Amino acid sequence: MIGFDRVFMNFGEKEVLKDVSFTIDHGEIFTFIGPSGSGKTTILRLIDMLERPTSGGIFIDGTDISSMKDRDRIAVRRTMSMVFQKPSPLRGSVFENVAIGLRFRDIGNEEIQARVPEALDLVGLGDYQERKATTLSGGEMQRVAIARAIATKPDILLLDEPTANLDPVSTETIERLVSTLKDRFGITVVLSTHDMVQGQRLADRMAVVIDGRIGQIGTSKEIFYQPMTRAVARMVGVENILEGTIARNDQGLASIEINGTSIVATTPLSPGTPVTVYMRPEDITFHVKDGVRSSARNEFTGRITKVLPIGPMVRMKVDAGIPLIAVITQRSYEELGLGPGVTTDLAFKASAIHVVERTEAD
Amino acid sequence: MNEIVEGFIQAFQLIAALDEEVLEITVRSLLISLSATLIGSLIAIPIGGFIHFREFGGKRGLVTIIQTLYALPTVLAGLLVFLLLSRSGPFGFLRLMFTPTGMIIGQIVLIIPLMIGMTLIALSGVSRTKQDTVISLGASEIQTIVVIVKEARFAILGGVILGFGRAISEVGAAMMIGGNIRGYTRVLTTAIALETSMGNLSLSIALGIILLAIAMMVTGILFLVQER
Repeated sequence: MIGFDRVFMNFGEKEVLKDVSFTIDHGEIFTFIGPSGSGKTTILRLIDMLERPTSGGIFIDGTDISSMKDRDRIAVRRTMSMVFQKPSPLRGSVFENVAIGLRFRDIGNEEIQARVPEALDLVGLGDYQERKATTLSGGEMQRVAIARAIATKPDILLLDEPTANLDPVSTETIERLVSTLKDRFGITVVLSTHDMVQGQRLADRMAVVIDGRIGQIGTSKEIFYQPMTRAVARMVGVENILEGTIARNDQGLASIEINGTSIVATTPLSPGTPVTVYMRPEDITFHVKDGVRSSARNEFTGRITKVLPIGPMVRMKVDAGIPLIAVITQRSYEELGLGPGVTTDLAFKASAIHVVERTEAD
Repeated sequence: MNEIVEGFIQAFQLIAALDEEVLEITVRSLLISLSATLIGSLIAIPIGGFIHFREFGGKRGLVTIIQTLYALPTVLAGLLVFLLLSRSGPFGFLRLMFTPTGMIIGQIVLIIPLMIGMTLIALSGVSRTKQDTVISLGASEIQTIVVIVKEARFAILGGVILGFGRAISEVGAAMMIGGNIRGYTRVLTTAIALETSMGNLSLSIALGIILLAIAMMVTGILFLVQER
């Protein structure tokens, strides 16, 4: 188990981490997601004891490693392995690159001869033993770096943006490998990424890191659909963030007043509470005017003010009394005859809306 | 003008005939400077490693002093070792004045700052990520230094060769500590100085050509090493 207890980290004047606390359970895949420079890498480096925190406690299986002596730190570090965003090939063959962690641990030659090919097979580079490491491509070297890290059979594997510089095929290979490592060997995997979708694909739980603070910790579903703060919502692509007040609440089904428009959402909050309302742009549906009611509680008519194609999807700004942002497929967009200036019916479910009480900080 | 041309002709004759004295001086020069370089490397590279890897107060100041000593005048290195090794000095009892061993010590003092400095430059050429990678793979401090030095070995070797170049070409320390004793401590540079002052230009030119040839070989090796 890995735990941070109120960790602060300064590099000179710059506060890189501010009051960071979390626990990671044994055998889970835990992802830190956040923009570049938010402090994700520093968290991983602190776990691997490459940095010492300015204050706060860092615990591995209950032992505080932040104040340990160097000699003891090496023993703890040898239960972990870290793979960096930019893999570093060392001089010599791929075999020697993968063997180096084992040599540091004074593991016998016979066992090295067995474990290195095993690790390379796992990353799909079984035939690469004799190749010079410096001649490999980025994706190949990243896989060698992972083989090098897992050859030591760590309890904890730290992966810092492991696929940030890789092509989609290499990325998929590495993601599959991460899942395998967890399932087959029970390794605790701690991963940082700025790719939210990757976080969602891999992680059991994730933490959103924004500007040196943990914004929220939870499952991907919790974070994607129930962001706790505006910053987290923005980070995970919840584009509709509106402020209103609860007007009525009928057994959890509330009416919320937003700029004179009323929407229906599920929340236990009582009338009069100021709230922030979050809704993902994909949760807004469009349909042609045909008099048929949809099952959604919220139905509006709105005018499309702006259209932006993003790959196979289309992002639209819609004025429906309240400003909304919606994303639908290009195909639907064409079939429904939508376009800038078009007035259309739209709907969203009460359950698609996440309601959070507004505090002073917001 | 004639004298110079004649000097060159005689010089080539001396070299071609493998003149015993010329050969003996050349071999002694190489032995003394190679020994100084080898021992100097064994001291300078680990010191460079520790300065690079350890954080301590005054590190920047120390590096500045080392860089200043790149330009340590050879006669000052000679004077320092002279003071240490002379009869009344703290190591006078070793009786190393006017011996090849004393000259080796003088050259070591002279080239160590340069070799430490070159080691530091070579090590800082190894990326921080590479060093972190090695540490995160479970290396102890010693293991880390060994791996990173190995990664930087061609650049470090370049510094060693530079050190050798400085050692074999210096005259101040060799003269002050060795004393230019014929058949015992006379090396290429001290011989050139002496023979020139005595008017033996042909011998001086012959020795000069040999010294230049050695310098050229050193530069050639350096070039080959850095090409890799």
